[in-house]
Amino acid sequence: MTPNDRKFTKTHEWVKIDGDRALVGISDHAQDSLGDITFVELPSVGKKMTTGKACCVIESVKAASDINAPVSGEIASVNRDVQSQPEIINKDPYGKGWIFTLKDFSKADLDGLMDSKSYEAFVSSEA
Amino acid sequence: MKKTFFYDTHIALGAKMAPFGGYDMPIQYDGIVKEHFYARQGAALFDTCHMGEFRFEGKNARADLDHVLSCKVSSIKPGQCKYGFICNPHGGVIDDQIIYRLADDAFFMVVNASTKDHDFEWIVSNISSGTKAINLSAETAKIDIQGPRCAKIVKKLLEKPVDGLAYYSFMLNAYRNKELLISRTGYTGEIGFEIFCDKEQALAFWNDSMELGAKPAGLGARDTLRLEMGYPLYGHELGENRNAAESGFARAIASDKEFIGSTTVCSASAVTHMLSGVILDDRRAARAGDAVVDENDGETGLITSGSFSPSLGRAVALAYIRKDLCVTGARVCVRTGRNKLAGLISDLPFYKQATARKRLSEYL
Repeated sequence: MTPNDRKFTKTHEWVKIDGDRALVGISDHAQDSLGDITFVELPSVGKKMTTGKACCVIESVKAASDINAPVSGEIASVNRDVQSQPEIINKDPYGKGWIFTLKDFSKADLDGLMDSKSYEAFVSSEA
Repeated sequence: MKKTFFYDTHIALGAKMAPFGGYDMPIQYDGIVKEHFYARQGAALFDTCHMGEFRFEGKNARADLDHVLSCKVSSIKPGQCKYGFICNPHGGVIDDQIIYRLADDAFFMVVNASTKDHDFEWIVSNISSGTKAINLSAETAKIDIQGPRCAKIVKKLLEKPVDGLAYYSFMLNAYRNKELLISRTGYTGEIGFEIFCDKEQALAFWNDSMELGAKPAGLGARDTLRLEMGYPLYGHELGENRNAAESGFARAIASDKEFIGSTTVCSASAVTHMLSGVILDDRRAARAGDAVVDENDGETGLITSGSFSPSLGRAVALAYIRKDLCVTGARVCVRTGRNKLAGLISDLPFYKQATARKRLSEYL
């Protein structure tokens, strides 16, 4: 089930608002498409991100993919666990597999994103 | 796009499919890393029906094949097989193949999927008219069963014992009351077999061996397994514009006979780069097409394959590197589209615990 407490991008990232932070990860569909994740390049804390722009890289056995910022903001923290054990993203993409958080993010950018129902429809339309 | 005899099986198993060599092939079922370890530690099943098989017969067949292949066909005894290249007149590689000697004057050849039709035309146009050439690819089914636990499964399923089968040898065996050919060869580095049979036998063997514990593995794992062994993949390490000798597979190239392309293949000045292993310092992979560079960012080589290595826990790659720089242990840099990765030149294979050459009796 796609969780309905967050929003999704067309490039398969999710963003969940938790107080003054925006938590970011990739969707279950994205981790399944990538296959076994072998490497995560985390962004630097303090770096300013722009909506839709690449901010870090995930590699699987077969390929490397950019992770785009779902909303503009400043990197507040990164998940070191996924750096040492990238497979966490495969196992728990919506929970322990979060990648980074943003602060001072643009709330207006959230309006352009999909809710879980629209995202599921988007994924099936892509297939 | 073409489908193998196993297409419906792959779909039923939930495989992720993708085009390879003109066929819709399974890339993975349970995940590449899991399937990789089925082959390293258990028994993995690969659908290799997409590959090509030819038969050559006649009193000139041996001499004809010695003319077309880089390896020494005359030294192969019936019951043995040998790896070698089909070269073009410039010493480039039209394909890599395994040649099986069925009898003094009869041979069986296994080639890659994407190249098989061109291979067959090329060979037929370069052998004597008295040698009978048959393209068996369409009706031949092929399964690779690989891994330390596969020997017991094969022994249980086939009618004749396989105990005496040495590495790179083959035998005619039987299964479900029909003959088949089985060789102790493969593309994983592990104890394993390649089985050539008909469609019905292949489908039944697949199911029977799964019931005995074998697990399907896709082309994703096939690639990481062969990469850890340093085995070349046609179109990556081998191609028409790359001198066969640069691949470093000396045993596949006979220096004491003439064959198509031998003048260039055996010319030292034509060899400027050598295929080398590169172990990256981290998990981040170099990929085919990335440049190998020196400290001044000057290009010294080209990555032809690269991936995270599940067995080593870090990334490895194969690269053609300028011959004078191919020193084991030397530091190298790889320039990817995104950044630079550090690594060192390594001996091959990367994975040194593979079982392919071990005695079969240890695994029965």
